[in-house]
Amino acid sequence: MTGPVDFQLTDDQRALRAGTRELLAGRFDRDRLRASVDDPALDRALWRELGAAGFFALRLPEEAGGVGLGLPEAALVFEEAGRALLPGPLVACQVLAGVVDGVATGEKIVGLCDGAGEPWLWEHPAACDELIVADGGAQGRTGGAFRSAPDRVVCAPMASVDPLTPLARLTDLPRGEPLPLDVPRLRREAALLTAAQQLGSAARTVEMAVGHAREREQFGVPVGSFQAVKHLCAQMLVRAEIARSAVYAAAVTESVLDVTGAKLLADEAAVRNARDCLQVHGGMGFTWEADVHLHLKRAWLRAECWGVASEAEELLAAALVD
Amino acid sequence: MDLTYTEEEEDFRARLREWLAKVLPGLPPKPAATDWPGRRAYDAAWQRMLYDAGYAGLHWPRDAGGQGATPTQHLIFLEETERAGAPYVGASFVGLLHAGPTIAAEGTAEQRARWLPPILRGDEIWCQGFSEPDAGSDLAALRTRAVRDGDTYVVSGAKIWTSHAEVADWCELLVRTDPAAPKHRGISWLAMPMDAPGVTVRPLRTLAGSTEFAEVFLDEVRVPVGNRVGAENDGWRVTMVTLSFERGTAFVGEVVACRRVLGALARTARANGRWDDAVLRRRLGRLSAEFAALWRLTQWNVSEAQGSGGVPGAGGSVFKLRYSHARQELYDAAAEVLGAGALDADHAWVADRLSSLSYTIAAGTSQIQQNIVAERILGLPKGR
Repeated sequence: MTGPVDFQLTDDQRALRAGTRELLAGRFDRDRLRASVDDPALDRALWRELGAAGFFALRLPEEAGGVGLGLPEAALVFEEAGRALLPGPLVACQVLAGVVDGVATGEKIVGLCDGAGEPWLWEHPAACDELIVADGGAQGRTGGAFRSAPDRVVCAPMASVDPLTPLARLTDLPRGEPLPLDVPRLRREAALLTAAQQLGSAARTVEMAVGHAREREQFGVPVGSFQAVKHLCAQMLVRAEIARSAVYAAAVTESVLDVTGAKLLADEAAVRNARDCLQVHGGMGFTWEADVHLHLKRAWLRAECWGVASEAEELLAAALVD
Repeated sequence: MDLTYTEEEEDFRARLREWLAKVLPGLPPKPAATDWPGRRAYDAAWQRMLYDAGYAGLHWPRDAGGQGATPTQHLIFLEETERAGAPYVGASFVGLLHAGPTIAAEGTAEQRARWLPPILRGDEIWCQGFSEPDAGSDLAALRTRAVRDGDTYVVSGAKIWTSHAEVADWCELLVRTDPAAPKHRGISWLAMPMDAPGVTVRPLRTLAGSTEFAEVFLDEVRVPVGNRVGAENDGWRVTMVTLSFERGTAFVGEVVACRRVLGALARTARANGRWDDAVLRRRLGRLSAEFAALWRLTQWNVSEAQGSGGVPGAGGSVFKLRYSHARQELYDAAAEVLGAGALDADHAWVADRLSSLSYTIAAGTSQIQQNIVAERILGLPKGR
């Protein structure tokens, strides 16, 4: 039995979003965020708490100890994670929760490396108990997913632009134990969940810009009363809402074209909104102390993961003439 | 979050498709863009066909003579009629989307009975007398005066950008009835017969070469007081009801059309070799994502309106800001595909490129829309 087309969130979905926001506000507030900037080692206790709250087991069936929800609910939870700038291999642990023991509960942390194009990046290498490589099958290799112990992975350190996301660069793709995974599906889900985080960040930077524009006074009035500032903020909201429509719809349809378009628009919304938020903040926006740069840098990082703009645009263009 | 249609909605779609397939081949040829009486007759005849088939005023309430359809059914109607290449609402636009819904919401039983049925049947055409030469974005600054003389108003002033003025029977007219009141509080909404003595219509030629709208000069035009909808001096509130309808669903069919044009652009580019240009390909790919998202935003806004009793929210401004820009980008991309062919004014895409230039101006400029979004949605302080 289906109701009329209702794109709006259900009461349960609203409750899930509110609950996630409350959990993150309580356990990962601004003090914790800034502490993580100084020391990006993951908080295993927080990770287990996320696990207990169903963050990773969300889409596993209830008989397997999961919550039995779908990709739309996961997208809402990841939107909140993006708002809060929650660090860690969240996407990896969400899409691999049913594959690697202990990940669903938050006991274990798993990394996921996209082997489709170089550089092969690995987020939070020091925190991961295992690494799964999704091999794109380029350079004559057969595609597939492989599981490796972190000490068997050869990699070079890399100074990550995002202070909250330590990175390593794999110098070779390890081919450990093969895993029977649907790699295209894995990529699609990873792209969608990454887009959902971008959406959360894009929406958060609108709030930050508006908050600052209402408080900060120059020429005797709040700077937000100037149309030049208003219009920047309005366009930020437009970007976020366009991305929201695309991300939510793609979470429902799971079609590759919808997910590709959603990632493209969410990447643009997150990066450009962070840039405009920085602009609205003026000189303070350029400081380490303001949080704006954390949104911008994470948005840059996510934009490089699971499908970049040039690939997305070519894929969507090709579909126009199919 | 649910994007599946109910059985009822799918039935509605199937019946509509069947009807469109039956009637569209029998339509007369489209009149020339310059043939205004012909255009009126064509648009009115299409409205009459919709009326006879039970599709007129689909989204209007039943007690106003409409079908009381859900916003989703209205969305399906706009989607399917565009897909099938059915005529646009055309000359019936103001009656069906502005004046009619306003009369339905604010008019007396007598006013509803007088004006609504002829709109639904396509018998009477309405135009809109809102903007003035000195009252555009600042609409409330309008100066057309209506002075009470017994049971009539004597109206003098000038209106501009009035579409279909040459062929309209009625004008939904905003007039100032209290010059001493603050500007939003001295305005009234009148239904003015276009054949009344003192009404002069001067067509305005657009940059596309056609006369899509006109200036309307009013010289002591006598309008019965009974033609006022809503209370005297309450016209601004009455008007805002109308404008929110305009921003709600006015562009649904166009988004469907843009997605169709985008596909045609890509195929044309592949045929003429411009597809080899990665910059152009990527531009079209991005537009594909944009229009897909705009369609989803439309669904989102419609389902939101469904939840709030049918009144479109401020989401319409968000939509219009992005859509008007995307439409201009689409036709700029079309020009790139056509190359020097984009200098041929007879090409349909060139005509559409020219008309797309009005999209960031008409029905609230992008700058005004950004103020609305910033002040009403984001809560930024009013100012300059």
